[in-house]
Amino acid sequence: MDQLALTLIELGGVVFVLGLLARLAGRIGMSPIPFYLLGGLGFGAGGVIQLGGIRDFSHLSGEIGVILLLLMLGLEYTADELFTGLKKSWKAGVMDAVLNAIPGAAVALLLGWGPVGALVMAGVTYISSSGIAAKTLTDLGRLGNRETPTVLSVLVFEDLAMAVYLPILTATLAGVGFFGGLQAVAIALAVISVVLLVAMKHGHRVSAIVHSENAEVFLLTVLGAALLVAGIASALQVSAAVGAFMLGIAISGATAHNATRMLEPLRDLFAAIFFVAFGLSTDATTIPPVLGWALLLALVTTLTKMVTGWWAAGRAGIGKPGKVRAGAALVARGEFSIVIAGLAVTSGAVPAQLAALASSYVLIMAVLGPLIARYIETWAKPFIRPRKAAVANAGGAT
Amino acid sequence: MHVEETELPGLGVRKDFMTASGRRIGVVVHRDGTTEFILSTWDDPDTCQASIPLTSQETTTLAQLLGGQLIVNQLTEEHRDVPGIVTRQFSILHESPFRDRPMGTASIRTRSGVSIVAIMREGEVIPSPGPDVVLHASDLLVAVGTLEGLDKAAEILRKG
Repeated sequence: MDQLALTLIELGGVVFVLGLLARLAGRIGMSPIPFYLLGGLGFGAGGVIQLGGIRDFSHLSGEIGVILLLLMLGLEYTADELFTGLKKSWKAGVMDAVLNAIPGAAVALLLGWGPVGALVMAGVTYISSSGIAAKTLTDLGRLGNRETPTVLSVLVFEDLAMAVYLPILTATLAGVGFFGGLQAVAIALAVISVVLLVAMKHGHRVSAIVHSENAEVFLLTVLGAALLVAGIASALQVSAAVGAFMLGIAISGATAHNATRMLEPLRDLFAAIFFVAFGLSTDATTIPPVLGWALLLALVTTLTKMVTGWWAAGRAGIGKPGKVRAGAALVARGEFSIVIAGLAVTSGAVPAQLAALASSYVLIMAVLGPLIARYIETWAKPFIRPRKAAVANAGGAT
Repeated sequence: MHVEETELPGLGVRKDFMTASGRRIGVVVHRDGTTEFILSTWDDPDTCQASIPLTSQETTTLAQLLGGQLIVNQLTEEHRDVPGIVTRQFSILHESPFRDRPMGTASIRTRSGVSIVAIMREGEVIPSPGPDVVLHASDLLVAVGTLEGLDKAAEILRKG
């Protein structure tokens, strides 16, 4: 069998198995991310089946997957929403960042992975999965709840924080040192400010450039623009993903809506390959030694997210049941934790064990998050009383 | 009445208000235009007891049901000083003998003394409909008359 045939068969097999896994995930109402990760672990080094032929392809596809993930994240928000979100929730956002970054960083330092490892793990445990959170809130019919805007604005803050964090991470991983890092931060902040300003004042012009009535033309223009911007951003050491995120923010209105619809299938495909590629690069045999740490991190960072949500919802005047729900909605970690760990592992600046810890941690949290969000009210019921019970009883008697 | 509008970043907008009975009621309008009807639980205004996705047709029908009541409320208010005059709404059922026939064929005014002052159809109001207006299933007729007349008119519309 020649190389091409083998690669095609391997690729087809992997994508087909991913399809089956996604179907299984849908059947039991779960995020497919942990399944993709398990799939990647199964195919990778130390896994059940060894795949070599698709390594190059999956690497590049994974990179495109990250770019599409961030581009679509940017498309979801308008610059106005980001701006008001930032103004309204920066206190909760900062608390979220501090509480949830520290456990990851601490464990990395304890394991002797140094400051770079600590920076990476801080990001992994900090960032909630806005994809899983939004899906959970929708599935549970909680969009109309009063705590939901609070949850969403914390997620918005996290996503904006990514735009600052990723360039720092990219620069640090490239080993540019303290001043190089500062430079990266300065460039990133400048770029973000300019993009937000441009998007707010001239968003329609950016949209007009990529817009087309013809679906094919539109798809190619948006995708081309995204890859170009990502490439340029990468060349400027600002991180490719952040470039795509910024482009997504600048595109607004109906164009953004169309682009989302058009790119969704592509994102699903490439993001799935990205998760598999991450799983592939993780040696499954390195997981058991760090599993205890992953469980500990899962426990601690579940609590820290609960505290964040409780506090943020409390500031918005939400009652106890809503505060508990807000905390639980933030627990899930997913795609962006893997994006961060993926960047770190690819650069080779961190020990391979970090991939094992990150993937087992995300496996736990992506499964645990939606479950906690679903059942927290039932568990918490004996401890919290609805705020208005007395009034409502009086009303019921009339 | 204060309608609260809250942005849901990345998802849509929530518009709701508090009823006198202490329940929050409103809609969530998603980015893609789909609408969800929301209603809070009786014991906690933060929590939604129900969020019901509505198709555009369902939204129209619900608006029509509530809109019909609106006209009835206004007319009742206007007729308050006239004793014995009542406003009521009738819906044309699928099995009504006058479905898809001109309203004049029912001769409601001649037989019961009741005036049909408006018809609500798919969110639109047809004011003072003439006898040529063809009735459709799920039309809402706003009728003004005496209590006995209205009972009679209801029977006419149901049985012919």
